[in-house]
Amino acid sequence: MRLVIQDTYDDVSLWAAKYVKRRILDFNPSQDKFFTLGLPTGNTPIGMYRKLVEFFKDGSLSFKYVKTFNMDEYVDRISFMWNNFFKHIDIDPQNAHILDGNAKDLIAECNAFEEKITAAGGIRLFIGGIGPDGHIAFNEPGSSLVSRTRVKSLAQETILANARFFDNDLSQVPTQALTVGVGTVMDADEVMILITGAHKAFALHKAIEEGVSHMWTVSAFQQHPRTIFLCDEPATNELRVRTVKYFKGLMELHNKMLEEAT
Amino acid sequence: MAPSSSKGYGYLYQYTNCRILRDGKIFREDLWVRDGRIMNPEVLFFVERVNADQRIDCGNLIIAPGLIDVQINGGYGYDFSTESQVEEGIKKVSQAVLSRGVTSFCPTVITSAPHAYKQILPKIKKRNGSKEGAGILGVHVEGPFIERERRGAHPSQLIRDYDKGFKDVLEVYGDLSNVAMVTLAPEKQKTPEVIQEFCKRGIVVSVGHSNANLIQGEEAVRSGARFITHLFNAMLPFHHRDPHLVGLLTSDQLPQNRKVFYGLISDGIHTHPAALRIAHRVHPEGIVLVTDAIQATFLPDGTYPFGEQTIVVKGKHSYLKDTNTLAGSLASLDDCVRLFAKETGCGPELALQAASLHPAQMLGIADKKGTLDFHSDADFIMLDDELNVKATFIAGECVYRA
Repeated sequence: MRLVIQDTYDDVSLWAAKYVKRRILDFNPSQDKFFTLGLPTGNTPIGMYRKLVEFFKDGSLSFKYVKTFNMDEYVDRISFMWNNFFKHIDIDPQNAHILDGNAKDLIAECNAFEEKITAAGGIRLFIGGIGPDGHIAFNEPGSSLVSRTRVKSLAQETILANARFFDNDLSQVPTQALTVGVGTVMDADEVMILITGAHKAFALHKAIEEGVSHMWTVSAFQQHPRTIFLCDEPATNELRVRTVKYFKGLMELHNKMLEEAT
Repeated sequence: MAPSSSKGYGYLYQYTNCRILRDGKIFREDLWVRDGRIMNPEVLFFVERVNADQRIDCGNLIIAPGLIDVQINGGYGYDFSTESQVEEGIKKVSQAVLSRGVTSFCPTVITSAPHAYKQILPKIKKRNGSKEGAGILGVHVEGPFIERERRGAHPSQLIRDYDKGFKDVLEVYGDLSNVAMVTLAPEKQKTPEVIQEFCKRGIVVSVGHSNANLIQGEEAVRSGARFITHLFNAMLPFHHRDPHLVGLLTSDQLPQNRKVFYGLISDGIHTHPAALRIAHRVHPEGIVLVTDAIQATFLPDGTYPFGEQTIVVKGKHSYLKDTNTLAGSLASLDDCVRLFAKETGCGPELALQAASLHPAQMLGIADKKGTLDFHSDADFIMLDDELNVKATFIAGECVYRA
């Protein structure tokens, strides 16, 4: 596991975008060889998307041969991805995959999603964010750490938080969401998890300084061979000084990952 | 990449490098158009998984809904209220207004004789717009059920009452199927039942050319009236103990959720800029900019005999000969939008909506016209930052380019 610590949210966004760009360019995708990318929604990745759009606009990065798979489906995810990312770039609509929460058979929809990932050759790089309770995608506390893409009942807290999308009418708020499983993300070649803000500090501590636990589902990635936790300073508030110092000492090495392979 | 047409859908246009007016805001966004309708790009991307067949660079212009003029009497010397001129007039004027950003309008027929209505109205059919001219939403019959003292340029001898209710109305107009709206003076006997009957037939009732006090105005709105014809003009002025029809803008005696719209001739002549500002400050959502343009519009200065009247055109002014009576305006709707924006400082959003969204809402057609919402008709205009019309589109087809 790597822990990359940047000063601010903006630095995290830039580092993440540069890393995505580096991985895509190194992969050298083409007509017969698509780069596969797992994507999150939420506030944390917005800055990264903005930077990726800048890279596209300055001509240094194309998404023509990239396939994307979104982690979860709920309420406004489609609009989020469209407005923050897809409408600005050159990705082919055929290659942007999002779970369809309106599908007639939700279980079939989830299974088909897994099949599409397999058919695309698995995910090269899965980018995720986490909740303050350490959930990754909609794998809320207590989720199986080997779970696959499925229908997930939401925690009451999440339902309440989403009432704002429905004129605060609780009866209208969907109580279920579709999400990839922890196991689905574990299958990716590489995982990069973005954690910013002091409110996520305890979750980061639980994720990397204590044991693997299904109560903090993101902690499962301790057992993934290639995981980067990417955080800003405030998110390190609950970490041990020793942990922070150790990983800060490795920053030179981490930054090398952004450089062109020679 | 799969262009829309390659997947069995229609040809898909993506207007890009533009700012669009939607939900009352102007912001940077592409406009997607297919089969004459405005499309939701998220559905195109995530559901149909298609790309645009053609991307069109708009050079950073503003895209706004096409303008709608609900009060226009003629132009180029043609008068919609004169039997012999109607067909040619509609042809000429509907073509001419395309360059002014107007994509649909209500040809307005002023007070006429009963036999004239039966000749004129059947000739003005509702129709969609095209390269041939702006769409016709239905006739605005202004009169003859108006108040003689407030007739303006309407012929006095043809003004009538409807003492026998809607029977009289039908006798005068004949067939109402081409009519979209009617202006009447609400102080007349039998007004409530007449208004209710118009509403039942889907015809919008407007109050105007009237001596009505506020109570009579409120009664009319409660009966179903929803528009005030050229506010301030041809009505009693605002008075603090009886604000008359002007008072409808701030009345608290109207049914809840009932919005009253009102026409404003913002040509700089018919309504003083201070009056425009008063109206704008108290009831901005109700403003409907209208031209009330007459047959002398688009003609050079001179004296013109029009039927039984002689009209003098001088610059932007037109009078009945040897009087101070304004004969109607010579304005274009885009001029009115610019002048209104300048005089009230309301910003381009409201000025444009006052000539698109609001008239569409007033006519009850805002699900199709007057907005750039998804599924609406692709009637839109391109404007520069000074709100000069650079191009006009109807049902996705370019019908004018500067």
